[in-house]
Amino acid sequence: MIKAEVKSLDEIKEMLKGYRKVLNTGCGGCVSVCLAGGQKEVNNLNTKLKVVFKQENIPVEIDSFTVERQCEQQFLAELDHIVGPYDALMSMACGAGCQFLAERYPDKPVFPAVDTEFIGVNKDIGWYEERCKACGDCVLGITGGICPVAMCAKGLFNGPCGGPQGESCEVDKEVPCAWVSIYKRLKGQGRLDNILKIYATREWEDQLQGKILLEQYKSRYIQETK
Amino acid sequence: MKSGSKLEKVLSEGKFAVTGELGPPRGTNPDAIKEKAQYLKGMVDSVNITDNQTAVVRMASWAASSLLIQEGLEPNYQMVCRDRNRIAMQSDILGAYALGIRNILCLSGDHQLFGNHPKSKKVFDIDSTQLISMVRKMRDEGTFQNGQEITDPPKMFIGAASNPFGQPYEFRVHRLAKKIEAGADFIQTQCIYNMERFREFIKQANDMGLTEKVYILAGVTPMKALGMARYMQKNVPGMDVPDWVIKRLEGVEKKKQAEEGIKICCEQIEEFKEMKGIAGVHVMAIEWEQRVPEIVEKAGLLPRP
Repeated sequence: MIKAEVKSLDEIKEMLKGYRKVLNTGCGGCVSVCLAGGQKEVNNLNTKLKVVFKQENIPVEIDSFTVERQCEQQFLAELDHIVGPYDALMSMACGAGCQFLAERYPDKPVFPAVDTEFIGVNKDIGWYEERCKACGDCVLGITGGICPVAMCAKGLFNGPCGGPQGESCEVDKEVPCAWVSIYKRLKGQGRLDNILKIYATREWEDQLQGKILLEQYKSRYIQETK
Repeated sequence: MKSGSKLEKVLSEGKFAVTGELGPPRGTNPDAIKEKAQYLKGMVDSVNITDNQTAVVRMASWAASSLLIQEGLEPNYQMVCRDRNRIAMQSDILGAYALGIRNILCLSGDHQLFGNHPKSKKVFDIDSTQLISMVRKMRDEGTFQNGQEITDPPKMFIGAASNPFGQPYEFRVHRLAKKIEAGADFIQTQCIYNMERFREFIKQANDMGLTEKVYILAGVTPMKALGMARYMQKNVPGMDVPDWVIKRLEGVEKKKQAEEGIKICCEQIEEFKEMKGIAGVHVMAIEWEQRVPEIVEKAGLLPRP
C-alpha cells in the first residue's frame, strides 16, 4: 500500500497562514493503515494545531471530516454540503487523494498535510519499507521476487555494481545489497540462468501519466464511431 | 582494428599495455590537466579520464579528454550511467568521437550519496552492461540504441570495469562474461591487493575462455602511506585490502611508507606480467601522477611502444 508521513507542524502552520476556517479531511484508505492520515491522525493533528494556534493567538478554526477514500469521487461527494463555509481544505490523503479532492472543489485552496513516501509493506507495527516503484514493467519473475528497480540504489538490471560492502549496499550498511539477495535466492531455487543472460535496455513505461482502462468497461467511456 | 586507438593497437599486437588515470579539475583551468599529463607522457599508452568520480562535480570527461589529446596523450574517456539518460549519452559519444576520442570506459558510477550533491536525482536510465551494448551497436551496426541510422558512426574501443572482490564472489566472473557478451573489448579491474582472490578469479575467467575474448588490464593503486591503506581497508566500498599490505607498511618507518607502497605495486605488476590471461596493467595513482614514471620504470614497463 501507499505509505505517507505527516508533515511538520511548522510547515502545516505556514501553509495555513491567513486562512480563518479550515477543514482537515482524512482518508480511510492506505494512509489510515500506515497511521498517517486516518480519522485518528486527523483528530491528533487538529488537537496539536489548536494548541499551537491558541498559544500564538492565531484565530483559526479547524474542523475535521474523514471519508472512506479520497481517491474515489463517490466518497468525496459526502463533503459536498460540508465544505461550503470553509475558506481552505487540508487533505491527509496521499498525493492522489489530495489532488482528487482539489479537483472536486476547484474554488477552494487545498493543502497537503502529509508527504506521500512510497509503495511499501508493513514490516511491523509502525515500521514500513518501500518495495515497489510502480515502474509499469515488472521483472520480479526473473529476479526471484526481489525488485532491482526499488531495492538496488542504482536500479541496475544486470547484477551488482562494484561497491557492495560485504553483503550490504554501498550507500547504507543497514540495507542488504539487492543483487546479493537476488543471486542467493535464485541460486537456492536453481534459477541462476535468469541473471546470466543480459537484460536488455528497457523501454521505461512510467514516463507518461499512467492510465488503465479495462477492456470490459471501454464501451462506457469511449463512443464507438460508426 | 575496431577503433584504431593506440590502446587497441598495443593490445592487439600482444604487447603488455599500461594505462594511467587522471581526474579532471573542479574548475575551468586547463593547466590542471596539462600539468598532470606531463608526468604520464611516454609512460602509459592511454589515460583514463574520470567522469565526475565519487559523484563530485568536475570538468566534463569529454572536455578533459580533448585537452589531453592536445597534450599528445590518448584518453580513455570514462562515462557513468548516474547522470545522463541514453539521449545525452549518445550525444556525448558523438561529440567525443568528433573530438578525436577513440576509447571509452563504460561504468555504472558511484552513487550520488557519496558526492557533493547527495540529494541530486539519479538517472540510471541504462546500466553499465546496457551502455556497453549501446556503444557496440553504435559502432558495429551504425545505429542509435533505437535502431535509427547514424551518419558517420563513432568507432570506439570499448572498455568495462570488473570487481573480483565484491559479493557475491561466484557471480563476478559471470558478470564479466555478460559485459564481454555485450561488447566489451577490454576490461580494467578494481584495484587489486588480495592477490590470492584475484588469481582465483583469473583462473575462472581462463577456464571459461573469457580471457581469449577480451583484454584484461589488472588495476593497481600504490599506497602512499599506512593511513591510506587503513582507510581503504575500512571505508572504500568494493575494496579488499588484506592485512599483509598493512603489515608491510607498518614494518617500515613513516618516511619510507610511500617507497614501500610503490615496491608492493611493482611486485604485483611483475606477477601480472607473467599471469596467464592478463594483457596489461591499469595504474591508478590517485592524485599521485608524479610518481607514475618511477612506478613504470621500476616495474620494467619502459619504453612504451
